[in-house]
Amino acid sequence: MTIAQGAVELTNIVKRFSVDSPIILENVSLSVKPGEFVSLVGASGCGKSTLLNIIAGLETTTTGSVVLDGPPTLMFQEPALMPWLTAGKNIELALELSGVPRKARKPRAQELLELVHLERSYKQRPHELSGGMRQRVAIARALAQGRSVLLMDEPFAALDAITRDFLHEEITRIWKETGITIIFVTHNVREAVRLSQRVLLMSSRPGRIIREWDIGAEEPWRTDSTYSSYVSELANEITNNLREEIVRHAV
Amino acid sequence: MPSETEFQSSSGVTDLKRLESGLDALETPRSEKRSIGAFLFTLVSPLIAIAAILIIWQIIIWLQWQPNYIIPAPSEVWTALGEQAKADILWQATFNSIQRAAKGFVLALIIATPIGVALGLNKPLRSIFGPILTGLQQLPSVAWVPAAIIWFGLSDATIYTVVLLGAVPSIANGLIAGIDQIPSIILRAGQVMGAKGFARVRHIVLPAAWPGYLAGLEQGWAFAWRSLMAAELIAVSPALGPGLGQMLDNGRSLGNMALIIGSIFMILAVGVLVERVVFAPLRRRTLTNRGLLR
Repeated sequence: MTIAQGAVELTNIVKRFSVDSPIILENVSLSVKPGEFVSLVGASGCGKSTLLNIIAGLETTTTGSVVLDGPPTLMFQEPALMPWLTAGKNIELALELSGVPRKARKPRAQELLELVHLERSYKQRPHELSGGMRQRVAIARALAQGRSVLLMDEPFAALDAITRDFLHEEITRIWKETGITIIFVTHNVREAVRLSQRVLLMSSRPGRIIREWDIGAEEPWRTDSTYSSYVSELANEITNNLREEIVRHAV
Repeated sequence: MPSETEFQSSSGVTDLKRLESGLDALETPRSEKRSIGAFLFTLVSPLIAIAAILIIWQIIIWLQWQPNYIIPAPSEVWTALGEQAKADILWQATFNSIQRAAKGFVLALIIATPIGVALGLNKPLRSIFGPILTGLQQLPSVAWVPAAIIWFGLSDATIYTVVLLGAVPSIANGLIAGIDQIPSIILRAGQVMGAKGFARVRHIVLPAAWPGYLAGLEQGWAFAWRSLMAAELIAVSPALGPGLGQMLDNGRSLGNMALIIGSIFMILAVGVLVERVVFAPLRRRTLTNRGLLR
């Protein structure tokens, strides 16, 4: 089966860690178009991180199929930069492991640092950078791998509100500039609504996709003044659905 | 719940860039440079203890508490070393010993690294061979000297066997400890980037394990050096040429206490020198680079 660059097709994914353990993911099907920005929202235990790991190829499915045009890249909540390398060398390591020839690496790393507005940080080491800067280097490193799908596992959850706000704008801009497909996992409903074109709500234990909202907002509409009230309304609606789902588990 | 302003998009890319640049500047920790005075102090500070020891030693001599053949004066030790230097033995012996230890150490490094990587990454291998390695590390390698002499005679092979048996387990165990301490997120990040096989070991595992590996190397050097001294002290032969251990044994057989003390000083001095010149800067650089310096 051939598949368009950046598309993701999940069909009836079932995941359990062993034969008699509980089902983590139950019949998850998801079709993501190339260049789409999709968010998965759900409470703890909905298996959203497991689902990302499955798409990333770090975990196997029990049944069901995952189809991509190539391996995706994955970003974690922590930047997970190599502490022994400078920001620039971290990106160059990703380039090297993706088979980019030696001579092309440094200029490409500089370009990627410019893309995340860190062109002056090439020689800085991770511990010399702030949390937000580290996460931007991690974005640049993820892009360095030249994959068409970027999976993000609560990438901004550990950052303070001001930094998170900037990174929201930053990731939106990078997504537009690169046309990369993004599957974004978060606890934060507003974050999901603000960033993505489509929000999927997952149930917990077992994890299933129970509802889907098409935000469909194009660029001009997103800068409109009525947009923020639309986002708030939609976020409230999704939050209410999420709470109903959580209440189901009350004893 | 976050405020509404969070949803207002900024007016453009340059704006975002400037805001970000301001935020970056505010949040970046400022680095402090080490002062030259502090650097000079760390260089000179060990001399304070040496001076104190020399003074106490000289006072003991002035008190005439013990005869000179039991405790020689500092000046006699100095003269004894001077005589060895004149006879071309002192520097020859020092050079030979350092060269043997260095060769043995490099060889140990080459042998121990693949062992450490294999046992560090492979749990079944570790449970099979790990206890033997730890046992060998506990065993004083001088215990191998009699066996090595019978196997290899009074040759370089004997000396290197003892040095290797001293250094290899320390280096391998240090590397294994270093691998155990790698945060799993680093290994996962490597996996996502597609690091496999040798590339994974070279670019992810070894550099990530380096702090523990370095501690193992330092201990491995110490074990190599002391094993070498034990081997040289026991395996004395004209065929082997002079070494600091042989010089020490020579002092014993001549009943020359000044030469014995002088030899011990030389052995200590080489140990301190290697620590100061090789390992201390490496350790410091490792900690600074990774932001682990306190």
